[in-house]
Amino acid sequence: MKLKKYIIKRLLTAIPVLLMISVGAFIMMNLAPGDPTDLYVSPDATPMQVEATRRALGLDQPYPVQYVRWLGRALQGDLGINYSTRYPVLPILVSRIGPTIVLMGATLLVSYLIAIPLGILSARKHGTWIDNLLTGGAFVGVSIPNFFLGLGLIYVFSVQLGWFPTGGMSQLGGEGGFISAIHHLVLPVTVLSAFYIANMTRYMRSTMIQVYGENYIRTATAKGLAAEVILTRHGIRNALIPVITIIGTDLPRLVGGAIVTEQIFQWPGLGRLTIMAIQQREYPMLMAITMLSAVVVLFANLFVDIMYAVVDPRIKYN
Amino acid sequence: MAQNVGNKNAEAMFHLVDAVERVNFPGNAAEQVASDGDSYVKTVAKRFFKNKVAVVSLVIFVIMLLTAIFANQIAPHPRDASVGQFQAAPYDNFYLGTDDIGRDVLSRLIHGTQVSMIVGLGSVLVYVIIGTTLGLVSGYFGGFVDSVIMRITEAFMSFPFFMVILTLVSLLGSGIWVVTIVLGVLSWPPLCRLVRGQVLQLKEQDFVLAAVATGYATPGVLFIHILPNVLSPILVNATFGIATAILTEASLSFLGVGVQRPRPSWGNILSEAQSLRVLAGEPWRWVPAGILIFVAVLAINFIGDGLREAIEGETKG
Repeated sequence: MKLKKYIIKRLLTAIPVLLMISVGAFIMMNLAPGDPTDLYVSPDATPMQVEATRRALGLDQPYPVQYVRWLGRALQGDLGINYSTRYPVLPILVSRIGPTIVLMGATLLVSYLIAIPLGILSARKHGTWIDNLLTGGAFVGVSIPNFFLGLGLIYVFSVQLGWFPTGGMSQLGGEGGFISAIHHLVLPVTVLSAFYIANMTRYMRSTMIQVYGENYIRTATAKGLAAEVILTRHGIRNALIPVITIIGTDLPRLVGGAIVTEQIFQWPGLGRLTIMAIQQREYPMLMAITMLSAVVVLFANLFVDIMYAVVDPRIKYN
Repeated sequence: MAQNVGNKNAEAMFHLVDAVERVNFPGNAAEQVASDGDSYVKTVAKRFFKNKVAVVSLVIFVIMLLTAIFANQIAPHPRDASVGQFQAAPYDNFYLGTDDIGRDVLSRLIHGTQVSMIVGLGSVLVYVIIGTTLGLVSGYFGGFVDSVIMRITEAFMSFPFFMVILTLVSLLGSGIWVVTIVLGVLSWPPLCRLVRGQVLQLKEQDFVLAAVATGYATPGVLFIHILPNVLSPILVNATFGIATAILTEASLSFLGVGVQRPRPSWGNILSEAQSLRVLAGEPWRWVPAGILIFVAVLAINFIGDGLREAIEGETKG
């Protein structure tokens, strides 16, 4: 009951933040060089025709009026049209969400499944060569530019060895299916998860080292509990809070990483759409994507806060 | 990661507190002799230089900085001139070959160092000034000012950072200075929080209370008494910040949004490998650029880590 109240309260406080984001997006859109009118009239239009179009589009109104109208349309799902194709923005946007969710979901799953055990291992072997190796590896992982890693993997595994496709999500004209999807996912997920594996391993390591220094662990050891029991019942549970925090900061970062990775591997998701929108100056599309990712991040943060309560009943919300 | 530096080792930080005070007030240094006879900076420097990885990294970074400053003198060929064969593998004094209009790859990489250093150091300078000032103000005054600044900070931090930078840079027109300023103006929130947290601890300390009681004006208390004690965590944060900025600029330029040709940047040199012909057939055109970005970022991260350990007083073999 209390949690429900908290969620409602958080959703309500999200509204002003969303409005702030929308004002930001509107300002950015008006920073864009060029007059949108030019995209609606033919190049040989007379000044009078241009003026008429401007009025028809509402561009002669003061900015606050334009903003309210734009917001009203956006709330009804009208995010504007794509200049070049004249298609509405929304359906194109929706069609690109799926591939990006697949890519990000697979990345997070793989990253945490690898990093959490590695972090625990590193902490338990604190100071040994295994720990040093993993710590060094983590430094490499956070420092390697994902585009360089991506190009390197394509060069070795696609061009030289021919094991994996150079890009795309499924074979053109192929039967597709699960196996093909996995086959196409391997390289992009490897590139995207390198950073998250490294980052999470480091956090897990330092958290576990801290947890192992706590009194309740010493008590458990003194009681004669087996190392595995101490780890699973006392160690991991207490390490989960910082881990959830990292998931919260990983998500906004993932949006950026996905842009670069999708571009390299021609993954048909939101990231590639972003680059296309930038290159072709499709500003309504660009704003829609920015807004969407801000909204996603907002809800991800909310989700993380709720997860705290699930993992640690001591946390109270008020 | 740098965010945690201060709070986690509050105790260690308090040791530094008096030490930093001394360093920044040469007048007082004579009367306050540290227990081990060394000044704070000397102690930290000693610990830092014991860390081999960090020292090697520092040497690499200094070499890169000098390369950037003396790029014109070092580069064997002009930056933008077509001087060699087209798309040639390394030959004669074209040590890393040429690109598709006969420009020397090595010379372009050397000039690209300038971009990374300008963006890295420039944007960090901008965000350190903004973040430190806001953090000092927020932590010291508290109340309404504090909650406004903190709400803004949270809003900034919950944004998909790279996405916003990408959009802003593409709207404002790309280029090295736009990238530097946009990165600087958007990167301050974590530092602001860090400084605020430190100030909250410091403002209850006796020497600050004494300064207030002696009648120092608020800016005096903030910048003369509090700021010097926050310098260490700021330095660590700024070092990691340089690495992040270099990586972000390279990503932007790789995507064609950052530094524009003909001006070479490591990122836009690498982006030529998006063509499969260059990727598969002309590795000399993109592998060195990637390695340079990687080495620069790795070295700076090691320096940051070395500094953090030296400041926290961890002794690691």
